[in-house]
Amino acid sequence: MDVVTVSDLVVDRGRRRVLPGLSFAVPEGQVTGLLGPSGSGKSTLLRAIVGVQRIRSGTVTVLGHPAGSPALRDRVGYVTQSPSVYADLTVRENARYFAALYGRGAREADAAIADVGLGEAAGQLVGDLSGGQRGRASLACALVGEPEVLVLDEPTVGLDPVLRVELWERFSGLAAAGTTLLVSSHVMDEAARCDRLLLLRDGALLADTTPGRLRTDGRSDDLEEAFLNVVRASAQEMAR
Amino acid sequence: MSTATHLSPRLTTTTAVRVLRQLRHDHRTIAMLLVLPSLLLGLLYLLWQDVPPVPGQPDVFDRVGLTMLGVFPFVVMFLVTSIAMLRERTSGTLERLLSTPLSRLDLLLGYGLAFGLAAALQAAVTVTVATTLYDLDVAGSVGLVVLIAVVDAVLGVALGLLASAFARSEFQAVQFMPVIVLPQFFLCGLLVPREQMAGWLQAVSDVLPLTYAVEALREVGRSVEATGTMWTDVGIVAGAALLALALAAATLRRRTD
Repeated sequence: MDVVTVSDLVVDRGRRRVLPGLSFAVPEGQVTGLLGPSGSGKSTLLRAIVGVQRIRSGTVTVLGHPAGSPALRDRVGYVTQSPSVYADLTVRENARYFAALYGRGAREADAAIADVGLGEAAGQLVGDLSGGQRGRASLACALVGEPEVLVLDEPTVGLDPVLRVELWERFSGLAAAGTTLLVSSHVMDEAARCDRLLLLRDGALLADTTPGRLRTDGRSDDLEEAFLNVVRASAQEMAR
Repeated sequence: MSTATHLSPRLTTTTAVRVLRQLRHDHRTIAMLLVLPSLLLGLLYLLWQDVPPVPGQPDVFDRVGLTMLGVFPFVVMFLVTSIAMLRERTSGTLERLLSTPLSRLDLLLGYGLAFGLAAALQAAVTVTVATTLYDLDVAGSVGLVVLIAVVDAVLGVALGLLASAFARSEFQAVQFMPVIVLPQFFLCGLLVPREQMAGWLQAVSDVLPLTYAVEALREVGRSVEATGTMWTDVGIVAGAALLALALAAATLRRRTD
């Protein structure tokens, strides 16, 4: 079953057309990676899926409902690119507030904090944390709602490699338990950890593939190089 | 399960508690909220202390001081709220909240509730200091003065929330304060009695909510029993606050560019 269906999505920001007409579907219970350079329209696409982006035309359907509709608000979790938590509250206070919004209690809040490895810092003000810790606090505030669909915009930026691996393992674990994850990243080595890949460039979908297929199509075991080969091949095709 | 289009008292209170928690971490703001109005009122007290009273006229400090008890919470809560809401917007928390089951009105009422409570505390301190230290004469109940101050504060919160929808930066937000507050203050009847104003200015004053807050305070100041005029005035201010909250909810866009 497809959890997210995007068809002919067109989004303008100011006078610039950011997404000129995208169509794709995201299957249930997988980690789908949205990869592309900065400025390729990843965040805009994720915002459209969460339902906070004004769109020009096209449709975005999530779990059978139009994106952003009230029925989805406790089923879809969203973590913005820059940490969106209250700097003047502690990690615990933040997690408990968002837990309450999703109808969960203090126990779930504490569990989510532990899940992102912030157990020791739970009593600290978010404003006193490092950038990476703030990002994890922000992630905890989405995990706490145990959403069916988790939309994460560059969740691993600024994290040390050990933590990054831990988080990706956690994402895989969530997917195995049935959660559908849509994770954006501009780091190609994270692509290997996804079940499926959407490669975005200048708002256009360059490829809807898997890490294995990308390696074959791009004629390289290195995903970064394979991606470049695919980009070059499509550019040549356009020129022809 | 609550849906996002319906009001949820639980989510409103949860949000109010969150806003108060944020306030609690900011000790200096709490101190300023509680102490500053009393200090400013003290300055007014000293200003008129040596001015001989005009026979047959009410004491000037009684009149001005009482009016200021309504103006302080209005101004302070307007400013605090418009900055707080702008912070929600720029930090991305607003966008995130709008993707959760919290409805827009829940969020705004949560702010109203939190800052209304803070205003009640502020008014209690200021009224106590004014009536004991500065001998402010209030014929009616000081409890009613606190009530009017709270309704005034909620009006400030509601207008602050509404104004913040039109502010793109902190610079703009701060400048909305004189635009919204000063005309109401000029025309509320404190500087020039409303009967002596030009007809059209009086008409403008008639549609400004602070006018009714000031009239309500004056009623409490001179009458031992709560008057019907006072209750009508309180109702008008509360109604204006609710209207501003509804407008603020309508201008709060879930989808943005």
